[in-house]
Amino acid sequence: MKQGTPTMIGLRRREFLAGTALLLFSATTVKAATIAGRLPWAPNAGNPPPPIKLGPWEFFNGEEGRAMEALVDCIIPPDPETPGGKDAGCAVFIDRQLAGPYGRQEGLYVRPPFQAGLKNQGHQSANGPAQDYRDGLAAFDRACKQHSGGKPFAELFGDDRIALLKAVDKGELKLDGVDGKAFFTQLVKDAQMGFFADPIYGGNRDMVAWKMIGYPGARYNYLDWVNRHNERFPLPPVGMTGNAQWTRS
Amino acid sequence: MSRRLPRKDVVIVGFGWTGAIMANELTDEGLEVIAFERGPWRDAPTDFPPGYMQDELRYRIRHELFLRPDQLTFTFRNKMDQTALPIRSWGAFMPPNGVGGGGVHWNAEMWRFLPSDFVLKTHLTERYGAAFLPLDMTIQDWGVTYDELEPHYDRFEYLCGTSGTAGNLSGKIMDGGNPFEGPRSRPYPTPAQAQPFSHTLFGKAARELGYKPFPQPSGNLSQAYTNPLGMRLGPCTYCGFCEWFGCGNYSKASPQTTILPHLIRKSNFSLRDNSEVVRINVDRSGKRATGVTFVDSSGEEWEQQADLVILSAYTMFNVQLLLHSQIGQPYDPVTNTGVVGRNYTHQTISSVNGFFDNKKFNFNPFIASGSIGMCVDEFNGDNFDHGPHGFVGGGYVGQVQTGARPIESTLVPPGTPAWGADWKKAVKDNYLSTVKPGTGVHGSFYAYRDIYLDLDPAYKDRFGRPLMRITMDLKENEIKQNKFLTDKFAEIIKAMGAEKLAVQYRTAPYDITTYQTTHLNGGAIMGADPKTSVLNKYLQSWDVPNLFVMGASAFPQNAGYNPTLTVGALAYWSAAAIRNQYLKNPGRLVDA
Repeated sequence: MKQGTPTMIGLRRREFLAGTALLLFSATTVKAATIAGRLPWAPNAGNPPPPIKLGPWEFFNGEEGRAMEALVDCIIPPDPETPGGKDAGCAVFIDRQLAGPYGRQEGLYVRPPFQAGLKNQGHQSANGPAQDYRDGLAAFDRACKQHSGGKPFAELFGDDRIALLKAVDKGELKLDGVDGKAFFTQLVKDAQMGFFADPIYGGNRDMVAWKMIGYPGARYNYLDWVNRHNERFPLPPVGMTGNAQWTRS
Repeated sequence: MSRRLPRKDVVIVGFGWTGAIMANELTDEGLEVIAFERGPWRDAPTDFPPGYMQDELRYRIRHELFLRPDQLTFTFRNKMDQTALPIRSWGAFMPPNGVGGGGVHWNAEMWRFLPSDFVLKTHLTERYGAAFLPLDMTIQDWGVTYDELEPHYDRFEYLCGTSGTAGNLSGKIMDGGNPFEGPRSRPYPTPAQAQPFSHTLFGKAARELGYKPFPQPSGNLSQAYTNPLGMRLGPCTYCGFCEWFGCGNYSKASPQTTILPHLIRKSNFSLRDNSEVVRINVDRSGKRATGVTFVDSSGEEWEQQADLVILSAYTMFNVQLLLHSQIGQPYDPVTNTGVVGRNYTHQTISSVNGFFDNKKFNFNPFIASGSIGMCVDEFNGDNFDHGPHGFVGGGYVGQVQTGARPIESTLVPPGTPAWGADWKKAVKDNYLSTVKPGTGVHGSFYAYRDIYLDLDPAYKDRFGRPLMRITMDLKENEIKQNKFLTDKFAEIIKAMGAEKLAVQYRTAPYDITTYQTTHLNGGAIMGADPKTSVLNKYLQSWDVPNLFVMGASAFPQNAGYNPTLTVGALAYWSAAAIRNQYLKNPGRLVDA
């Protein structure tokens, strides 16, 4: 058989054959696309990330939200040049992640049986990150009140906060029913992730983290710069939605 | 009962690099070819637009372009007496999904294996004696030689427009290239990519230490290129979003940029996406494949009959389909019999991060391409005398810094707290002056009797089929090899001028949660003897001669290089055997 040419007649013939096949072999259609003859390309058919909506917490309750803001500000403290985790939006970032597919372990393998394994076999629990945060924050709140005369974490100050977190981090302060050290490690990872991810996800507000380290963001052409060695790249960062100043009135 | 679709000449299972190569070769022969892809259609302008592809969270951290574990995963344990548990979220490797497969989100590192890699067992036994090899090591020769593969390596390099500097042109050693590589018949189609600051520093330091550094061969193009199929690629812009990402700039070689626009216009080719092949069907004799059964996105089952079946899914899924289809004898490590699942291997990866004085060094580490690197090959394969060191195998080492996306690349010197004010200051002070070579040490992983794949007794997939079980650990030989290479690498990073080093060796036990590479190999290996291989030297099934199995599942063990160029060369080699020999006389191409 000779290779055909991509003419309209060729296309129509194939569509006809495909249709015939369906009539002959079944009453229903195959529920997946058949691609033939041309690239199945449609303009503007992409799937850009939806920006997060600012506003109230979507996952945390008020108490959890206050604790989270205090926690991310300890993990990434403000300094004269760069805001801390709270003002950079790290708690908002984590809140929206937990309210979304990540929090629910969407797409992960969550079939039973669940059994404890070795650390190098990975997370083995029906609970996803959302439930882990709910449980972790509640246990942390109880431990905190117990050690601070009934005060929640958000009402503590400077050194008291740091001392408490160091104790959890080292595994010296046990959280009731929760692996406190693992929970805190996750919290640190998520707060820092929110600090450095694109601002479209709610953290790294005004690209403060990228400005701090000198990362130019979602630029994609350094052809003029690859050979300019040991010279600081001069342009400020841009995010996926551009630069906040461009859209401000 | 599944419904039948009209018979085709060829059915292809999985549509990444090897599926696209086989489809193009076999449609050129005039055959009617249909391909099945479990994942969705993907194309550069729609799915990887530069407007939002530079999204580390979405693509790197949340794995947008990859297979979802709820679709299919594996169970894992280190040793045969342990209970394997499911890999619930990806870690050590990332199985691809969708049209283009791993060819979409790879770094495009284009390495040829060494001539001695293909005759490994023979070569090492002759040089060191059989007693030098660990007792339970099951390395084998491939059945195909470097010289046989060379024209096919060349073909894949020219399809991709590979950028590089030749090191061995028809036996003549060339300045600036890799002096250890096998002889190549032609130079690379395009010159090597430009190198960022830290990469040139690595080259200088390595040269001063007496090594012969060379630019890593790259499928991210240094200049515009038109390939033999008429596809046009553009020059790479060094954006640093290759690995884990698709390239919206048409400058990374992928099935989308090098084959698909040509292939899809042929009237004898069609592709069904979102269709998962669940079984290869065989006739009553068990010696002939009749086609495949697949499930569409609504869960309905269909049968596609074909005269020739090409299995070209990712390593693990090739092996799993053979096991689920009961083709070939499953491997049993206790009796050391059977073949399917045997000689499964991965890679030994480690790295050394170097922290430099930020007043003197600014690396702009975000300026990079996926396969940009300056490497030395003195310690790969058997390029050096292993006698005094007591291990076999090796790898290349290099400054292969492929981008500095800030969630993963804000490193701090050893001893810095993991959070708080000191951490924040250290991040700020070090980001631009840290060298972070991703896979700086890229080592081989040889095969062992008790490292293998089989079906799990407890865990099932969404169709109720057993998951495939990985039994794998790191052995003394690979740990020694990695320690040796990592120390050599650290010396070079230090000679570059680093003030502090963070050295991380690869150690046992093998950890399924920490990313290494997606270079999984073996399980359906090629060879000269049906007792120890699933496929003959042409990637043809010994048991079912109208079934050919592509991909790194055919590697008898892993060499110290990235696998894709060898995977592509093997596909062209197999396609040539089908076109020139099999179609004239369908049957076994090699007598058992």
